Amino acid sequence: MARFTPANVDRARELMGHYPRARSAMIPMCHLAQEQDGYLTEDAMQHIAELIGCTPAEVYGSASFYEMFKFHPVGKYVIGVCTNISCMLLGGEELLTHCEEKLGIRTGGTTSDGMFTLEEMECLAACTRAPMLQVNYRYFENLTHDQTDVLIDDLRAGKRANDVPPHGTLSRIRQSIPADRRAARDTI
Amino acid sequence: MPSSLKMISTRWDDPQGHTLARYRETGGYEALRKAMAQEPDAVIEEVKAANLLGRGGAGFPCGTKWGFLPKDVFPRYLVVNGDESEPGTYKDRLLVEKDPHQLIEGVLIASWAIRAKQAFIYIRGEMAFAHERLAAALNEAYAAGLCGKNIMGSDWSMDVIFHFGAGAYIVGEETALIESLEGNRGMPRLKPPFFPAAKGLYMQPTVVNNVETLANLPWIINNGAAAFTAVGDPKACGTRLFALSGHVNKPGVYEVDFGTTTFRELFESDEFGGGIRHGRSVKAWVPGGASAPWFFEEHLDMALHPAPVGAAGSMLGSGAIIVMDDQTDMVRAAWRLVKFFAKESCGKCSPCREGTNWLEKIYRRILDGHGRMDDIDLLMDVADNISPGLTWPPKQTTICPLGPSAASPLASSVRKFRDEYEAYIRKVA
Ligand SMILES: Cc1cc2nc3c(=O)[nH]c(=O)nc-3n(C[C@H](O)[C@H](O)[C@H](O)COP(=O)(O)O)c2cc1C
Ligand code: SF4
Ligand code: FES
Repeated sequence: MARFTPANVDRARELMGHYPRARSAMIPMCHLAQEQDGYLTEDAMQHIAELIGCTPAEVYGSASFYEMFKFHPVGKYVIGVCTNISCMLLGGEELLTHCEEKLGIRTGGTTSDGMFTLEEMECLAACTRAPMLQVNYRYFENLTHDQTDVLIDDLRAGKRANDVPPHGTLSRIRQSIPADRRAARDTI
Repeated sequence: MPSSLKMISTRWDDPQGHTLARYRETGGYEALRKAMAQEPDAVIEEVKAANLLGRGGAGFPCGTKWGFLPKDVFPRYLVVNGDESEPGTYKDRLLVEKDPHQLIEGVLIASWAIRAKQAFIYIRGEMAFAHERLAAALNEAYAAGLCGKNIMGSDWSMDVIFHFGAGAYIVGEETALIESLEGNRGMPRLKPPFFPAAKGLYMQPTVVNNVETLANLPWIINNGAAAFTAVGDPKACGTRLFALSGHVNKPGVYEVDFGTTTFRELFESDEFGGGIRHGRSVKAWVPGGASAPWFFEEHLDMALHPAPVGAAGSMLGSGAIIVMDDQTDMVRAAWRLVKFFAKESCGKCSPCREGTNWLEKIYRRILDGHGRMDDIDLLMDVADNISPGLTWPPKQTTICPLGPSAASPLASSVRKFRDEYEAYIRKVA
């Protein structure tokens, strides 16, 4: 349970500065908190509310609409298998079942070592490369069951740390606008 | 005939296509310079003349949409719809990952034309790699004086902001996108009165455009409206990206002449789909994303053109074509889509919130072997309460078209493959 670190407070303020109204930074700030802690903690929501100038309930109210925000700890790697139609036609359902067996958990569950959470996903815009899955929102496409096993073993062995950061981290590159390059700040 | 002209996917095979250096080497940001040398209204006229139809789903003419902005009301905003979540749709992610500067240039041209105070590029949350590519490209563009203060050394200043979502299909609907961008739950607003052009972001005039729509602007400005309308059909100009998925030999995202290429060419030609896999035949396909009513063999020779497709009761929507071969279980395929809409219903209006979930439960009962013969008519009846008449374009008892979309796969499959529903139910009885 953590509030933003000082470095992340700076990042949060930078995000709020991108918009005419600070509240527009709500989703990116929730992602920032999730990047810091792996999931969205109550303390972080409280802190976001203080920074934006709203109530913690409003932060939870918005965040709980969106599937990517987790309100309890999840695995270091969240595996999401697409079973929507294009993937279903080419073995997406079987891939999900295979992952359940490989990981020894049901969809929605987390392995006891805290390494993996397994989710069933809707279409992820990779339909021509089915079946596919994401690990922490990184794409792995045209997968066989054997390739999936190798991927999971590699993740467990720490061999994919470079391409797949821990859950919560999305872009490793932030948009940052140098002060002298900004158009005049506009609030409305 | 299959097309070889590419307008917006020219850099996709270039491993460096996403960098500013390569974009510039291949003519990048010249269109912006050209646009900025003209009055904003002249740019709007050029885009109107190009008859660029929106690529996000509704296919509304882009220039006309810009013309709806009320005169002299400022500030105005541009919101770029990169939420791409309609099942089967896969093109905007590629446009962002492989050629982010083309999008940024399109955003700047549009912002110049509509005199936007600020632009927000809203990318779906689950696309981490697209986020990296876009953030990096924007940082390059700022450093090169292409965004922000004094763009290209002029006295025009405007910020382009990368924004991202957190997983909710409905946020792709333009008013929900705006709610989400204001930091709220992504629930659609009622239209009227909340047409974005009049009351959009922060209740100010706002244009919402799809990523692919805007990616066409550099080409149009560079080559002129006449060159654009010379490609494809005069009423459906330029090219379009179609994501061809499912049971074809060569699934892929193909840029083809809009309005002239036929479904058969797309499925069968070696340049594109390469035929139905395992030498089978096509049983049905989704012509324009999960919301679109299905097509069958009799539609194979139809052109990928909004007019005939619309007249036949469907749409090209978001350019998502999902092919199902003769071995496909149609009840299960329809259920997958209905389940999707039930899950993604935002819950704001009851016909959609309750109706789609009832539909999903009835499907589940049929698939699990507990179906009753009246369930087939019950499905149609519940769907009819969401979308009276079950026609396309749909009538709706709902705030937005998501609810009625759930009726499309259902009505298509029940009407054409009722025997498969009956077989499921008989298997048990
Ligand atoms: C449920 C629903 C989901 C939508 N999803 C998207 C989407 O992901 N991307 C998109 O560009 N448009 C989507 N649209 C269409 C938008 O509301 C809007 O028409 C479009 O972004 C306008 O851009 P265009 O005129 O450039 O096509 C969706 C519409 C509905 C009703
Ligand atoms: S139709 Fe469905 S998604 Fe659209 S506003 Fe109503 S409940 Fe929400
Ligand atoms: S259906 Fe699986 S990525 Fe689109």
